Amino acid sequence: MEDTWTVAGRTFQSRLIVGTGKYKDLPETAAAIEASGAEIVTVAVRRVNIADSGQPMLQDYVDPKKYTYLPNTAGCHTARDAVRTLRLAREAGGWNLVKLEVLGPPPHLYPDMPATMEAAEALIKDGFEVMVYCADDPLAATRLEELGCVAIMPLGAPIGSGLGIQNPAMLSMMIEQAKVPLLVDAGVGTASDAAIGMELGCTAVLMNSAIAHAGNPVLMARAMKAAVEAGRLAYLAKRMPRRMGADPSSPLAGLIR
Amino acid sequence: MQQATADGLELTVNGERRRFPAPLTVAGLLAELDLDIRKVAVERNEEIVRRATYAETMLTSGDVLEIVHFIGGG
Repeated sequence: MEDTWTVAGRTFQSRLIVGTGKYKDLPETAAAIEASGAEIVTVAVRRVNIADSGQPMLQDYVDPKKYTYLPNTAGCHTARDAVRTLRLAREAGGWNLVKLEVLGPPPHLYPDMPATMEAAEALIKDGFEVMVYCADDPLAATRLEELGCVAIMPLGAPIGSGLGIQNPAMLSMMIEQAKVPLLVDAGVGTASDAAIGMELGCTAVLMNSAIAHAGNPVLMARAMKAAVEAGRLAYLAKRMPRRMGADPSSPLAGLIR
Repeated sequence: MQQATADGLELTVNGERRRFPAPLTVAGLLAELDLDIRKVAVERNEEIVRRATYAETMLTSGDVLEIVHFIGGG
């Protein structure tokens, strides 16, 4: 059964998008991404170290021809910084599909929605295709869609918290109304969290820390691949109704007397 | 900010002030820094420099450059 998804005219098989940060080193990054089966990876844009330009680069380990790089705006706290960063990313990579995130201060790093909307508007006007990290706010999500964002990516819990999906009811409502792909971005801690996101009906799940900070990142990447697939299949299969009470699994007829 | 002199020009590259031999293009600067042009992007005085124009974009003293690349991120 073919079960693909499409964002900004690009079609993907894998419903797992992974970050490339927080790994021990670049070989581990490459091995975990390979094991995850992801086709899209998020990347950050930073100054090169001009004092030591011989250092290995991400592209040497994670081939941009094999994986779709999704540049992010991590670390940007204003719309201006986000736009400037992604203009550089577009020049470095030559593509316009990006992940916009404009965050408030620690300890929450909660999406700053007014600044996010300002940045989204400027980026879309400049020809970018914007996948947007956002609060689990259905009104904000609708507004972002109206602005022309190509995917809505609410958090399941704060970035890097690993708390799991804290807001399944709100996410379900947002999935219900979304006309573009809706992805859970941030909050996943372990495989069951990813499965829950997919069972809710998310188009895909985006994660970084849950894999990179696992005891064995490569093994966890495999677990996440399986969990996203399992959750997706369960969503398509439509779960049984919940009932308050038991219902025997074996027939009662033909019991011996 | 110092002006261009016969013995070179002063640029701010990624926040660091450095002297370079003049004349210098963006392509020349990247070669000087030993950077692979296919893996970086350059902003000059807050304007993107298109890769196709690196060889013809002359730098002048006082220019502020940002040279970035992709790194691991979530």
